[in-house]
Amino acid sequence: MTTARENNPGHFLADRAKEIIAQREFSLLLVLVVASAFMTYMSPVFFTWANIEAILLALSVDAIIAVGMVVLLISGGLDLSVGSTLGLTGVVTGLVLNSGQPAWFAILVGLAAAVLVGIGNGLLVARLKINPFITTLGMAMMIRGLLLVLAKGRAVLNLPESFTIIGQGRLFSVQYPIFVMLILVILGEILVRNTRFFRQSYYIGGNEKAARQSGINVDLVKIFNYCLVAALAGVAGLLITARFGSSSVTVGGGLELRVITATIIGGASLNGGEGSVLGAFLGALFMAVLANSLNLLGVDVYWQNLITGMILIVAVVIDVLNEKRKTKQK
Amino acid sequence: MTVVMRAENITKSFPGVLAVDHVSLDLEKGEILALLGENGAGKSTLTQMLGGAIRPDAGRILLEGQPVSFNSSSDALNAGIAMVFQELSLVGGLSVAENIFANRQPVGAGNFVRWGDLYQHTQTILNSFKLDLDPRRLVKYLTMGQQQILEILKAISTSPRVLILDEPTSSLTEGETTFLFENIRKLQKEGMSFIYITHKLFEVFQIASRVAVMRDGKYIGSRNVNEVTENDLVAMMVGRSISNLYGSSEIKTKKNAYFKVESLARKGCFGNINFELQRGEILGMAGLVGAHRTEIGRAIFGIDHLDSGRIFLDGEEITIKNPQQAIRKKIAYLTEDRKNLGLFLNMAVRDNVVAPALQSFTSSAGFIDRRKLGKYASQKMTEFAIDSPTITKKVLHLSGGNQQKCLIAMWMSINPEVIIFDEPTRGVDVGARAEIYQKLREFAAVGTGIIIISSDLPELIGMCDRILVIHHGRISGEVLRNDFDEQLILSYAAGINSDAVKMRTL
Repeated sequence: MTTARENNPGHFLADRAKEIIAQREFSLLLVLVVASAFMTYMSPVFFTWANIEAILLALSVDAIIAVGMVVLLISGGLDLSVGSTLGLTGVVTGLVLNSGQPAWFAILVGLAAAVLVGIGNGLLVARLKINPFITTLGMAMMIRGLLLVLAKGRAVLNLPESFTIIGQGRLFSVQYPIFVMLILVILGEILVRNTRFFRQSYYIGGNEKAARQSGINVDLVKIFNYCLVAALAGVAGLLITARFGSSSVTVGGGLELRVITATIIGGASLNGGEGSVLGAFLGALFMAVLANSLNLLGVDVYWQNLITGMILIVAVVIDVLNEKRKTKQK
Repeated sequence: MTVVMRAENITKSFPGVLAVDHVSLDLEKGEILALLGENGAGKSTLTQMLGGAIRPDAGRILLEGQPVSFNSSSDALNAGIAMVFQELSLVGGLSVAENIFANRQPVGAGNFVRWGDLYQHTQTILNSFKLDLDPRRLVKYLTMGQQQILEILKAISTSPRVLILDEPTSSLTEGETTFLFENIRKLQKEGMSFIYITHKLFEVFQIASRVAVMRDGKYIGSRNVNEVTENDLVAMMVGRSISNLYGSSEIKTKKNAYFKVESLARKGCFGNINFELQRGEILGMAGLVGAHRTEIGRAIFGIDHLDSGRIFLDGEEITIKNPQQAIRKKIAYLTEDRKNLGLFLNMAVRDNVVAPALQSFTSSAGFIDRRKLGKYASQKMTEFAIDSPTITKKVLHLSGGNQQKCLIAMWMSINPEVIIFDEPTRGVDVGARAEIYQKLREFAAVGTGIIIISSDLPELIGMCDRILVIHHGRISGEVLRNDFDEQLILSYAAGINSDAVKMRTL
């Protein structure tokens, strides 16, 4: 323990390299590159701009929510109501639009509805110490019920172009949602990796008692994180509604599990204290590429769930085995 | 010398226990004060009050002459009192640097962490402790010992005036311990004061300048380290008379052993464990925390796996690979951790007391005979004097003593031939203790062999016919009833009576 290090800087570089390779982001990137190369070889369609855009567009909804979800998971939380929140924002925005209000106003109302859900989840979990799983599961069911009441069970159609432009418009022939996703992922990655405010979540998820001891306002950060993921679900809801020009009460069903799966494949843990925005994004990208590849290869859609589930379990098993190996070395 | 911290008549009671009883204590600037006491003497409670983790019921704390009052340990930290607990507060997914500067990372404009500065500050701290660690390394890749040192470093990095260390060397190697001591001495010269809790007596002489002793929540006194011997300290730690709480043992003639273990070993826990148990004998297992006594009990019962060793019952060798097999052989293990491992806290008294014997209340079709079960439970409540208004009350809401009686009732339903009882009276008030001791005497009287694992020495001396002392997973001594002596047992437990060990080991 007291041996001097001055003679051996290389040993530290080697250690660093090992740690980078051990990072989930690195291995995911490697898998993605290999998978893409394989698919380019297998299918002439895969490496065309049309296909890539389709992948990115499908990815945008999951990836935007994953940015918030991973922060929440890092702080030891969980949100199963993001799919419903996405639907809520879509329906509320659509209804406000159809009542003749301008687009900006409808968007604000839709986002406000999402943030309200986040505040509710956050207060229940942080203040009343109710289990996040139960809280957000209940919230998800409540919102779905509320949607049926609001939209009277029907889809909200005929949205004005002043609104649908945010989902359908293009810049350099790239659809807006892809830009929104990239901006949010890059911004999220920079902020979560580098600002003290977001770093607090790692301490909370790692050891809540110790986090309090080091002066972190644990409740406030938790509530903020629930609001963040809800607001991002709202953003995704706006984009998907605008893209399709309509909103249905069932949109976003099952999305929460897909997003959580992506963040965990990306290195986050349900126990908190670990994960990164980049990892979550790569996890979501991996799942999108996988789904696209299976389609192109003509694999039955029913197989896709089976394979995604398998990959989730494999990712977690690798983590567990790694930890065990590390513990044994000690 | 100036007094940096003073505690005046600090008192704290928990339901049923007066944990700290009017304790006054001075800590001088640049002093290393060792705090000694048996388990349950109140050391932890006292230091947690000094460190702001819990609030005293009465008394006050003065810091450099000024009275202070802490609502949390972060208050205490701000006032310059840092505390390092045995359990770690590190985040495995973050770097060494971010763990040392938890939520204190240097930040620039826009709340952005200045990584360069952070790593440089960390490197400076690591260098000043001659610690060969990369500030960027993730904590989950460090060894337990390195993590323990880091935990201490984290506290030191706040430049506290007083640093409280609770058994800091429990997971350190000898080399790491030496390293830690060097750094503590260096900080002492710079004027930092330490309260050092330990169970290892020899450490007191290595590191401390003064030693204070607590017993039963009371402050017994303090001595300069160069004026005392280990035996003096042991005498201060125990030195209480034994009451008649325990009943009296029926003197038994030496009979053949009916339960015997040979060369039990489990890697990293214990080895070369040999002992015999006679019918009706109460055998004690003494030792310090961390001597792996519990692990021996767990392994005999089949919870943990044994690497080697043989177990005999009535002259026949038996194999126990899991608790079910142990239960079939009528061996019971009553855990020290009744809340987590022993009882179903959220379930009714009735459902707890019948748990291991549920089979006998199940009809051939697989249904449970609820009426028979209720009758049995009521009968057990009377038999074991469990004080609960109904058999359906949740065990959670019972007192510690009644919970323990539930645990006993539960295990008696298998009619055990051997009972291994781990900490039979931890968190149990005196009245219930007497009842539990009485029950144990009754079991012994009908020929059940009982092994009591306890950190409560007076309890072992009061109850047992014979005591085995465990030190570092080995039997360091065997003491017969006629030779019972707290100092002797404690010296075996601390591993300082090595000559005698040779003489007395089986």
